Amino acid sequence: MDLRLRQIVKRFNGPLVLDGVSLSLDGARSLALVGPSGGGKSTLLRILGGLEHPDSGEVELDGQRVLFTEAALLRHRRTVGTVFQAFNLFPHLTALQNITLPLEKVHGRSTMQAQETARQLLARFHLETHADKRPADLSGGQRQRVAIARALSSKPRLLLFDEPTSALDPEMTSEVLDTILELREEGLDFILVTHEMGFARRVADQVAFLADGRIVEAGPSGPFFNAPAAPPTRAFLEKVLKY
Amino acid sequence: MRAANACLALLAVSLVFYFSFQHLAYHLRWSSIYPYRQMFLEGWLTTVGLSAAALICSTLIGLCSALAQGSRFLPLRYVGKIYVELVRGTPLLVQILILFYVVADAFGVQNRYLVGVLTLSFFSGAYISEIIRAGIESVGRSQWESARAIGLTRAQTYRYVVFPQALRQTLPPLAGQFVSLVKDSSLLSIIAIQEMTKSAEMINSRTFSTLECYLPLALGYLILTLPISLWTRQLEHRHRFET
Repeated sequence: MDLRLRQIVKRFNGPLVLDGVSLSLDGARSLALVGPSGGGKSTLLRILGGLEHPDSGEVELDGQRVLFTEAALLRHRRTVGTVFQAFNLFPHLTALQNITLPLEKVHGRSTMQAQETARQLLARFHLETHADKRPADLSGGQRQRVAIARALSSKPRLLLFDEPTSALDPEMTSEVLDTILELREEGLDFILVTHEMGFARRVADQVAFLADGRIVEAGPSGPFFNAPAAPPTRAFLEKVLKY
Repeated sequence: MRAANACLALLAVSLVFYFSFQHLAYHLRWSSIYPYRQMFLEGWLTTVGLSAAALICSTLIGLCSALAQGSRFLPLRYVGKIYVELVRGTPLLVQILILFYVVADAFGVQNRYLVGVLTLSFFSGAYISEIIRAGIESVGRSQWESARAIGLTRAQTYRYVVFPQALRQTLPPLAGQFVSLVKDSSLLSIIAIQEMTKSAEMINSRTFSTLECYLPLALGYLILTLPISLWTRQLEHRHRFET
């Protein structure tokens, strides 16, 4: 992906959440947004996913400027896949139906095609036996994998993960992280907000550190983790990597 | 076991009534009202017709009003709110009189049955509107967000995500409202609609057998309201899912 952010500002009724975020990436495969809570990572991700529009600033993805009108955002959202911290599956639908709903209603596939795609995806994530279960009957890790399958089903150009493992216990966390790692190996581009520094280091080739609504430091993940330049980054990494 | 408990409860209730009627020392004379059975049956059928028509109309009105209140167009929102407050805050009796003698008269509507159905629908619609609105609001923000993220339009979100989940929340209060609606149709007797209550009153004024008229009346309403309760309970069961 080629990503260009220019002076993005976002306020939520007063407090400044993003205070002029700029970033330029060419040909990046994966980007991790890290930093302290409340630093603006999730808001930035939501803007990239077309779920929120900035008060000012520009977003350019693969050479295309993202327009922040409702109609343009709807089109934009259909080309990216978003995975949320709390899975956000539809509780009244089965795992299979959660995946076929957007395929049929948004992307115009026939019921047969949609079901076939969904079953293939479920099989790929070792969930084929759970196809007809509702989210309440699945474990957290299984739910998140269904959510990832749903986000992948329409072959998005980019996947966005918003703290995909924060609501999971360690065992399920590794289940989901393995899945993301697999996707990376298949060459899927993604942007990830995470608190798992070890994982960020492993899967992301670019890292941006956000604090107080600004990008404090950004760059390739190797140098970022081995020799952070900015003092706030160093302080943050020391703190989170202490244990 | 459940059946046994139900029988026990029924027995207790029957005993209370049996004792009360014994104490009354009044001999029920069913023969006095028997000749009027046809009139009672016609009244019952009228009540069935009025209730069924009003049930459908009020659901449509309630749905429109609930959607209007969730609209992003402010005047529409206020129209919905004013309608609900006005109707819920005034007695049905007054509404029937005003709509029949003033509004219907002004618009040249002669058919009192039509006015009756419309009045009842407007009255019940306000309550249904609030029930549906509460149901819609019970569906969390994360569901809206998830629907937006997969690219559903607003209308599709209502259709495939919000309504199916809201339905489960609205069924129990909706059943109560439908039952009330059936009983409220008795008030239409004041504009000389000859439904079940009016029939009972007329038979009573001819035979002076009050209990013999009103006991079948209660039974007549129960025959209508019990199936509504049972039917909605069944629907509730079918739409049960955990969140």
